[in-house]
Amino acid sequence: MINASMRQVWLAVLKRDLRIAARRRSDALNPLLFLLMVVTLFPLGVGPGPDILARIAPGIIWVAALLASLLGLERLFKDDFQDGTLEQLCLLPQPLAFTTTAKVMAHWLLTGLPLVILSPLLALLLSLPMQGWWALALSLLLGTPALSALGAIGAALTLQVQRGSSLISLILIPLFIPLLIFATAAVENASMGLAVHGQLAILAAISVLTITLSPLAIAAGIKMSVN
Amino acid sequence: MWRWLHPYAKPEATYRLVEKLLPWFAALTFISLVVGVVWGLAFAPADYQQGDSYRIIFLHVPAAIFSMGAYAGMAIMGGIALIWQIKTAEWSIPAIAPVGAALTVVALLTGAIWGKPMWGTWWIWDARLTSELILLFLYIGVMALYFAFDDARTGAKAAAILSLVGVINLPIIHYSVEWWNTLHQGATITKFERPSIATSMLIPLLICLAGFLFLTISLVMMRLKNEILRHELGRPWAQQELEKN
Amino acid sequence: MPFDSFQDFIIMGGYGLYVWLSFFLSFVVIALVALETAIARKSLQKKSQQLQNRQQRLAKRQRSVSQ
Repeated sequence: MINASMRQVWLAVLKRDLRIAARRRSDALNPLLFLLMVVTLFPLGVGPGPDILARIAPGIIWVAALLASLLGLERLFKDDFQDGTLEQLCLLPQPLAFTTTAKVMAHWLLTGLPLVILSPLLALLLSLPMQGWWALALSLLLGTPALSALGAIGAALTLQVQRGSSLISLILIPLFIPLLIFATAAVENASMGLAVHGQLAILAAISVLTITLSPLAIAAGIKMSVN
Repeated sequence: MWRWLHPYAKPEATYRLVEKLLPWFAALTFISLVVGVVWGLAFAPADYQQGDSYRIIFLHVPAAIFSMGAYAGMAIMGGIALIWQIKTAEWSIPAIAPVGAALTVVALLTGAIWGKPMWGTWWIWDARLTSELILLFLYIGVMALYFAFDDARTGAKAAAILSLVGVINLPIIHYSVEWWNTLHQGATITKFERPSIATSMLIPLLICLAGFLFLTISLVMMRLKNEILRHELGRPWAQQELEKN
Repeated sequence: MPFDSFQDFIIMGGYGLYVWLSFFLSFVVIALVALETAIARKSLQKKSQQLQNRQQRLAKRQRSVSQ
């Protein structure tokens, strides 16, 4: 079903987004620094005792990751919308729902993947037990694609809204809840030395479902705004 | 069936139909709510465990059920609006969302007030209350999105897409919250769980359920009339309609 | 009938505050929605009137210009 031209377009969109991000590094870096700072705030707020920190570490890291993923979302489609690139994408013979997945992928590579790489540092800062580290990284690896996909829905729906960033958060936070529940449960179980396959499997299932269905909503949102 | 439904794509036809049906639904609402509430408050026997405090159930359960039902209805309308591009279905989304949000607030308030004598605190992170709270957030998201657009037509379309996204997520959220609740069940004792409800309590509850269904429909119809008029303001029939009273 | 007197009915076996508070608040919330709907209709009437007045004024001006 996916022929050569579709693959070409997909890769072109992905490369373009990555190249733009490489030229404006601060955009990609800011959410990560935000995450690091939020995580730093917690020991200052609740005290540096390793017991309490390790107890709440999964929740802190995941909540901070959710908030960080909301930060740059408004820009995800807006620049392309304003300079007409999005209109070009709509006019392509390839379905819009398909090409937008390249943009979601680029967003994940720029925000989700660095989070996964950063996670051992965060675990260290919050004195998460060693067993929890890999579960944290794995839960972020499985969960952040769904964050990007859901985030793209929010960004697509608020394209025409002038200052949409607070609105995006309002729309998306309720949708993030299942991810938060299962991811933190997985990390908690892992740090107690219990099995985590179930939680990670559900997390992966939610991600797969979100990634499969969200392009339809993203495309519908973009078409609504472009016309 | 399509031939029968088609005229209602025209806003005025829908308006006339709603206008014709509304008094009947309002009357049904009034009768069933008065009968159900009076029966539930004064004539149903007291619960052997919870005493008379259980009487809040006659509001809490119907409000909770139709707060979710209204969301499902909104999502169905969203689907119709997106697939067949029917304007009145689009406009029904801003008509349904505030009613659903109000029902959610009622379910939350009554749940919290019921919780005080049963659990000793106003709020507890009980699975059902938490789900209702998240449902309220979903409604708020839909309404905020609708009102964020200058062009009401685009706003309604965006709200339609969001309501569909939400309705797919709602079961996932619901079950994940339920699972989360069993995971963290420390001091929580769920006293709502009872094997079955006695018939003497069930009948007034069913009447209250019917009452809330009619109430939801009536309120949505009232708001839908406004929405139709708002979008058709320049048309002669809307002007005549607004001059009538 | 589970209550012996009207007083009993108000007290609700000690749970009167909770029961009546929940019924009262629910009524208030629903009434607010209905009230908001009624107010919205009133404002629509005003808007429609303004629109009509404007159209009439425009029509009158057009007529005087053409004469």
